[in-house]
Amino acid sequence: MTTGEFDQLYRELILDHYKNPRNHGLLDPADARAEGQNPLCGDEIAVTVRLGAGDVIEEVGFEGRGCAISQAATSMLSDLVKGRTAGEVALMPKEELLNELGIPLTPVRLKCAILGLGVLKLALHKAKGTPLPEEWGTAAKDLVLD
Amino acid sequence: MAVTAQPALDAYRVRADFPIFEQTIHGKPLAFLDSAASSQKPRQMLEAMVRFYETSYANVHRGVYELAERATAGLENARERVATLLNAPAAREVVFVRNATEGINLVAYAWGLSNLGPGDVVVATELEHHSNFVPWQYVARRTGADFRVLPLDDSGELRLDALDALVGGGRVKVVAAGIVSNALGTVNPIETLARWAHEHGAIVVADAAQAAPHRTLDVQALGCDFLALSGHKMCGPSGIGVLWGRAELLEAMEPFLTGGHMIRSVGLERTTWGELPHKFEAGTAPMAEAVGLAAAIDYLEAIGFDAIERHEHELTAYALGRLSELPWVTTFGPPLERRAGIVSFDVDGVHPHDVAQVLDFEGVAIRAGHHCCQPLMRRLGVTATNRASFYVYTVREEIDRLVEGLYRVRKAFS
Ligand SMILES: Cc1ncc(COP(=O)(O)O)c(C=O)c1O
Repeated sequence: MTTGEFDQLYRELILDHYKNPRNHGLLDPADARAEGQNPLCGDEIAVTVRLGAGDVIEEVGFEGRGCAISQAATSMLSDLVKGRTAGEVALMPKEELLNELGIPLTPVRLKCAILGLGVLKLALHKAKGTPLPEEWGTAAKDLVLD
Repeated sequence: MAVTAQPALDAYRVRADFPIFEQTIHGKPLAFLDSAASSQKPRQMLEAMVRFYETSYANVHRGVYELAERATAGLENARERVATLLNAPAAREVVFVRNATEGINLVAYAWGLSNLGPGDVVVATELEHHSNFVPWQYVARRTGADFRVLPLDDSGELRLDALDALVGGGRVKVVAAGIVSNALGTVNPIETLARWAHEHGAIVVADAAQAAPHRTLDVQALGCDFLALSGHKMCGPSGIGVLWGRAELLEAMEPFLTGGHMIRSVGLERTTWGELPHKFEAGTAPMAEAVGLAAAIDYLEAIGFDAIERHEHELTAYALGRLSELPWVTTFGPPLERRAGIVSFDVDGVHPHDVAQVLDFEGVAIRAGHHCCQPLMRRLGVTATNRASFYVYTVREEIDRLVEGLYRVRKAFS
């Protein structure tokens, strides 16, 4: 392996989030919760959220099984969204999270990276009726039934 | 082992027939350990397809001109070639489809929808690829039949002792089983299953997608009623597969896809169906693909299926041995004697996706995922595994590189 390629994808920050995930563990009670899977590789993530006044996210807790990218991205996300409103997170573009990750991703790995964000948006949608991403199309309906 | 006339396979020589190995991946020679998903292509097959396009191409069965006749001959020779490969009683029992999945769907729809109903039982195995699982589950639900699953033991072998309990007062109508498992490499006792199925008046649908590339198949000896395979896994092109079925069953069945070519006569009120196999081949056939598949079969038979099986057996023994040196690697699946050239494994604490990614940086291609076998993954208590699979062009060095790569995986993630 050229060290370059490995370091690009699994840079230290990502390995750190993977090995020491932030906000790990589900909150109980929680104001919003959802689970999701990436059927391609079997990544699984469950997200719980506590909301304060004005639907501001106060706490996030997540658990999951999956690859380093999916778990590290969710860990980073959980820090990133604290203090934002449910409505803001519903509209948060995936690019913001991808920038934070800061690694080049192939289409397959992209799905791993944004799984946690999707599950978080789903949790907020179920609890607060915030909009789901348009590009989800009708698939979103199936997700909501979870 | 019986003495065979086939000389041992020389994988280095075979490898030279496959242009894909002429490149490097991430600056390394390609170690391709994912043939169970799809095989690489020998020049002989590629050239046969190009030659067909360049010299014999026209739509089949329609024109009376020379080219159309050459094209028709290409397609029909391929059918004969497949019939011989499978020891099928007649070439008209060989239906060309897109892939094994389509072949199984053809049976599930065209046979299942008119032969299944409440009180009937459809049996699939916990080891099945989704291809031979979902169509049966779906058609059972549509017809009101019961869908039941034959369980596995802890090493991933079918629990034949649990068969009788599946009947449960119903009429068993279908037993759907793979010959070789793509996820674990398990070689299933199809003959035994077929005997049991026939005693209960059921048909047997054998998924040969993972067997046809690697071993001699004889539909008469297996005792199955339908058998499906995919060309792309056996050195052939993508876009062509085969459904073989017993003529009396195929004849009694309704068509699956309807339209051009599959008819005898079309009236304003009603249409009558053509003869076998045309009744099941609506629309323009995969002609060049059929020619490619025939060339692939020629290629494999020239090497010899006994030699192929022996080669893969030796590689599997070697791989299991090397992996057992790594205490942080767990392998899944049956003992070597009942295993084809497939090794599924887990690396302690590292998700298969990460394993496969790091190996890719080394130029080593393996598969990570559920292998279209989610019921099996659940049984194993995992969401995904790593899988290395071997074929005619696989050499030991590739397995050594896999093991070296796994040391790097371990170092990176621990
Ligand atoms: C055992 C088995 N059955 C069926 C299939 C489906 O093959 P195809 O996708 O070519 O239809 C595969 C391929 O992955 C397989 O390994």
